[in-house]
Amino acid sequence: MKKLLSNKTTRTNTITYLVVTIAFLVMQILSSLGMLGSATKGYLVPLCAYIVMAVSLNLLVGVCGELSLGHAGFMGIGAFTGIVVAAVLKNVIAGDVLRLIIAMFAGGIMAGCFGFLIGIPALRLRGDYLAIVTLAFGEILKNVIGNLYIGLDSEGLQVAFSAGSVELLEGGKMLLDGPVGATGIEKISSFPMGFVLILFTLFVVLNLINSKEGRAIKAVRDNRIAAESVGINVTAFRMKAFVVSAFLAGMAGVLFGLNISSLQASKFNFNTSINILVFVVLGGMGNILGSVISATVLYILPEAMRGLDDLRMILYAVVLIIVMLCTWSPGVKNFMDRIRTSIRAKLRKNGKEAVNNE
Amino acid sequence: MQVLQYLINGVSIGSVYAIIALGYTMVYGIAKMLNFAHGDVIMVGAYISFCVTNYMGLPAIVSILAAMVVCTVLGILIEKLAYKPLRGTSSLAVLITAIGVSYFLQNAAQLIWGTAPKSFTSIVTFKPFSFADGALVITGEVIITIAVSILVMVGLTLFTGKTRMGKAMRAVSEDRDAAQLMGINVNQTISMTFAIGSALAAIAGVLLCSTVPTLQPTTGSMPGIRAFTAAVIGGIGSIPGAMLGGILLGIIETFSKKYISTEFSDAIVFAVLILILLVKPTGLLGKQVQEKV
Repeated sequence: MKKLLSNKTTRTNTITYLVVTIAFLVMQILSSLGMLGSATKGYLVPLCAYIVMAVSLNLLVGVCGELSLGHAGFMGIGAFTGIVVAAVLKNVIAGDVLRLIIAMFAGGIMAGCFGFLIGIPALRLRGDYLAIVTLAFGEILKNVIGNLYIGLDSEGLQVAFSAGSVELLEGGKMLLDGPVGATGIEKISSFPMGFVLILFTLFVVLNLINSKEGRAIKAVRDNRIAAESVGINVTAFRMKAFVVSAFLAGMAGVLFGLNISSLQASKFNFNTSINILVFVVLGGMGNILGSVISATVLYILPEAMRGLDDLRMILYAVVLIIVMLCTWSPGVKNFMDRIRTSIRAKLRKNGKEAVNNE
Repeated sequence: MQVLQYLINGVSIGSVYAIIALGYTMVYGIAKMLNFAHGDVIMVGAYISFCVTNYMGLPAIVSILAAMVVCTVLGILIEKLAYKPLRGTSSLAVLITAIGVSYFLQNAAQLIWGTAPKSFTSIVTFKPFSFADGALVITGEVIITIAVSILVMVGLTLFTGKTRMGKAMRAVSEDRDAAQLMGINVNQTISMTFAIGSALAAIAGVLLCSTVPTLQPTTGSMPGIRAFTAAVIGGIGSIPGAMLGGILLGIIETFSKKYISTEFSDAIVFAVLILILLVKPTGLLGKQVQEKV
């Protein structure tokens, strides 16, 4: 054990797993003691979904160095795939947990496939151009899902792109009704399942980062040309990170979607993508535990300020700007350094005087 | 005749996108940052113009000037307070700060003017022109929008080509350090860029709301994203590119709404963007920069 913990990466990873597990246990104990209000309980599952989103986006932005502005699109694909799969399997599989797991993998695989499709053109581009293409894909996905009609009846699934084309037999049900979205979703997500998904995500991402693949991905981020010249297949590794990230985002989407009774495609818009990006940047690029913590704090912060009503989001904006200025601005950094050195100098001076007085 | 009608409407809405895209592209060219708060400056401009006409009863032209002045000051303030301290650091940090500014502007507007949409009175008072027995109708808004955008584009081209400040801008966008060594005041140049971009955003806001007369705190975001797309299609950083991209985007949007599908017009516009970037990875008129090791 001691030998294990002496390795820095292993130690950081162990801390990450421990923090998440302890947080989960504390919430479970509080919840079983009845100390959590129903509102707080309602935030737990979406929080898990956002943590998974933040960690998966961090793989892309922090580790891989690719700016993505359309991550919510993958979440959306996952969510609606999961909703359809869960509804189809309702009479086939009895256990909610098993059904949720199957739906999650279905949503993840679907999102991963789209990630692959999007990756083919997007990964030819670099920097801001890649960012705009991911933004565009996010908007396209939102637009297409928002006009998708899926119905389920005794004969099977019917899919169409216009309102009138889905004609259901008696007893059939519209699973996805265009702009109205999915309604009457059966809530089968739960906080423990959210916790399991977080652990799974951490396991996948942390192992990927510390593997041969991960080192290659980081080499590509730090210097693409140098990495290419030592024989790293840049596109293949970027694609791998992209697909894994999309897959995890899709699973998070399923968790999120199967937790609320109605869901519209417009939920997964540019603003959601941006919010997740904010989690990643404030948590620290490439820092997985940082993403988990900042997603938690930033998700709870606006909810906790609900009492302030109108001022809430304006305060959030101001806090965001100030935090960014304080953590990144060279001016502020120099200022803090100067204060620190002057305090240290003063302490030293006082110490010397004290010695002299003796 | 119908095709001509759609073409004119497309050029009109495209001109508005072009004016907004100019703000994005100039700021990107000089400060190398994606200013996501630009769309919200449009909204502020429209609100100022709305207040001046509706609450103070002043004529339209005064309201436009007032909107331009307020937005210019706002643009310079945003740059000084939020972006300048982060200059030279990670572009992602600046991007997130810009998003913070965007949230701030939207929520401040919501606090001041409320969420309920206001109906914007068009600045154009004359009647639409009708040709060929009403088969082709050109509204006053269309004429004013196209005229103003031509004026803006010619003015901006002359400004960047002929004046000292314009040349300084081009120099800074080419190589900031070298420009500084040549005695150009980089801070002043960047402030000037934000000032011009924001003044243009005010004009765009008034034109946009004259055509689509609902005004609310989120009015600026979608046109902002569209205009950003237009700037990228044209090649971000290039002024003629922004104009070309804007007008192209307007035409594509109008025609796809009419001939393909209203519901999928968003998807079509963004798909065109991706197709163009696949063929020309730096946009239509963007420079292909050779990478050096």
